[in-house]
Amino acid sequence: MTQLSNGARIGILAAAVVVLAGVAAGYTALAADRAEPAPAATKDGLPLTLTPGPRLLTITDRHLATVSAADPGGPRTVSTVQCLRVYAAAGTGVCLRPQTAWSYEVVVLDADLRPHQTVAVPGLPNRARVSPSGRLVAWTVFVGGDSYTSSGFSTRTGILDTRTGTTVNSLEEFSVIHEGRPYRNVDVNFWGVTFAADDNRFYATMSTAGRRYLIRGDLAARTVETLRANVECPSLSPDGTRVAFKQAVDADPQRGWRLSVLDLATMTVTETAERTSVDDQAAWLDATTLGYTLRQDDGRPDVWSVPADGSGTPRLLIPGAESPAPLAA
Amino acid sequence: MYLSTVTSPVTAPSGAGPRRRRIALVSGNVVALGTVSLITDVSAEMVTAVLPLYLVLGLHVSPLAYGVVDGVYTGATAVLRLVGGFVADRIRSRKLVAGFGYALSAVAKLGLLLAGRSVPAIGAVIAVDRLGKGVRSAPRDALITESTPPEALGRAFGVHRTMDSIGAFLGPLVALAVLAVVGESYDAVFVTSFCIAAIAVVVLVLFVRERPVAAAPSAPAPSLSSAFGLLRDAPVRRLVAAASLLGLATIGDGFVYLLLQRREDLSLVWFPLLAVGTSLAYLLLAAPLGVLADRIGRLPVVLGGYTALGVAYLLLFGPLTGWPLLVLTLALHGLFYAATDGVLIALAGPVLPARLRTTGIALVQTGQALAYLVSSVLFGLAWQAWGPESASRAAAGVVAVVVVATLLLLRKRGTLR
Repeated sequence: MTQLSNGARIGILAAAVVVLAGVAAGYTALAADRAEPAPAATKDGLPLTLTPGPRLLTITDRHLATVSAADPGGPRTVSTVQCLRVYAAAGTGVCLRPQTAWSYEVVVLDADLRPHQTVAVPGLPNRARVSPSGRLVAWTVFVGGDSYTSSGFSTRTGILDTRTGTTVNSLEEFSVIHEGRPYRNVDVNFWGVTFAADDNRFYATMSTAGRRYLIRGDLAARTVETLRANVECPSLSPDGTRVAFKQAVDADPQRGWRLSVLDLATMTVTETAERTSVDDQAAWLDATTLGYTLRQDDGRPDVWSVPADGSGTPRLLIPGAESPAPLAA
Repeated sequence: MYLSTVTSPVTAPSGAGPRRRRIALVSGNVVALGTVSLITDVSAEMVTAVLPLYLVLGLHVSPLAYGVVDGVYTGATAVLRLVGGFVADRIRSRKLVAGFGYALSAVAKLGLLLAGRSVPAIGAVIAVDRLGKGVRSAPRDALITESTPPEALGRAFGVHRTMDSIGAFLGPLVALAVLAVVGESYDAVFVTSFCIAAIAVVVLVLFVRERPVAAAPSAPAPSLSSAFGLLRDAPVRRLVAAASLLGLATIGDGFVYLLLQRREDLSLVWFPLLAVGTSLAYLLLAAPLGVLADRIGRLPVVLGGYTALGVAYLLLFGPLTGWPLLVLTLALHGLFYAATDGVLIALAGPVLPARLRTTGIALVQTGQALAYLVSSVLFGLAWQAWGPESASRAAAGVVAVVVVATLLLLRKRGTLR
């Protein structure tokens, strides 16, 4: 190597740079062609609304869509509005979507999908919920780069009162009661809020010291307390008596999650008939049925449903869709 | 950039004679190594910036799996760094081992394409990438040491670290540019990152020179027992002890940013910018502080850096608020890195025997890294037990103790300028 003259070395470097830059540019150009987005399939007919009715709200190809609750696999009404995660209740929708290539936002939608309020969020969209009255909105995002968590990844969960405009940027601001005592730890993370009917109480997941707990929160008092270990992504039933959740197999999330239902009065758990690992916050499609997203090996999502009482078998509800929410009154 | 920051302070004293050698800029080899680091860091930070997006949005991997991917390799790389350092000394080719490390990380970028959706495969690829990083840093620092006259080591490391952090600065911007063109085709980012890393390897092969080791070629290659024997050498032992002590004084950037965020109730969007602020201060101060270290001595600069860190910890619950608090804390934090990261190795270089220099540098870096791991766990526990305010004051107290202890450990050594 030392025998090469300076000119020769610079020549070799220039040639290498040209070749490698060509490879990078060529591959990038090909990838750009491939990524040409599919046009929004605005199948006309009735415009998509969030008005309560016997329909299911979902996302297909990143676009909001509704299907008939009676025939979920049937014709779809697809909107031009794009979201990564959605939920709706009582004519209020919450949509988590990209703001720029690097940032994401929570958008509160009215029944006609007009944006009402927007909150910038510091991470990747994960969960979204609206309280039964449509007043409160909650979201969870994954925050990258928060190296203070041992896992290298932490969550940020916020709540917005659409009536007063009050925003809780992070549930980490709330005081925590754990095993009956005040608790604080820098590694506390929250995710997956679900609201009770009184627009004050809520349930969510809190993780700390490597364990995950079901918590019950009080929005006005700004407190949360742990109720039970190994309950993630709770979803409160319409009558407020049960919580559907994902239960880590043998309390080890690396072994996957069993979709289960917890009776809040007796604290007994019923496993559903869904044996595939469910990594989702389920939605109660009606008083007895859960809807959730499963992904195929290539990442394509499908919405499935299963009875909440442990009976029956899972059913493919909406192929090629994700993030289900009932619009029923 | 490095030219202006280096020349202005150095040429100022118009002394003749012995001063003359200092006027020379850093050696071509240091610039070549700095260029390799700059280009490699562009490549590495491109991937770091998009990896969470890719895993969670592209592959729909749950964040927990990401944590598994991310978390387990710190201890392993610390040990492999020692192995890499020893091999470089043993085969007497730091350039070869450093080049192997750079090439390994470059190939890992392509591995991300091949790993597809498999989380274990992605984990393995990231492990290979870290392995490359662990293997290359000690031989690289040894190369810088041996291509620089001892009295100019601070400046050489300052210039190198400045170039390194410029690369880290540019990486996310390049990734952003690629994503802006291709939408969500993360594979294009990985391919571009590989091409950039490959250019760095080419620059290393063509332009980095290795001086033949000063010892006669007939001298035996350093054995494993002589490597362990390094620690029997009192100055080396003191140095490694000091580096480990100094590692104990650092609680982790994440904690500092988190406390600032809470104190100021910063909008969460601003959170990532705290790290950018520190990097900016680091980038701007690394070269001038390196030059300063050559002038007034490296130990005072390192200890000054740790003092700045202690002051930053005190400020977290101190009298300042608002912008003055943020700017001053981040500036002190960046100053800490600028005054310690490269300067500590410059301090170590002359103490270490030439034939085991890479092993020695790896030892210093590993001791510091493992101690840092311990202290961040301890700080987490202190936070839990006493709350953040007392915990950060305690951390400042630890810094003060460590600074005094390090001074006592190293001050007798006249050669440590």
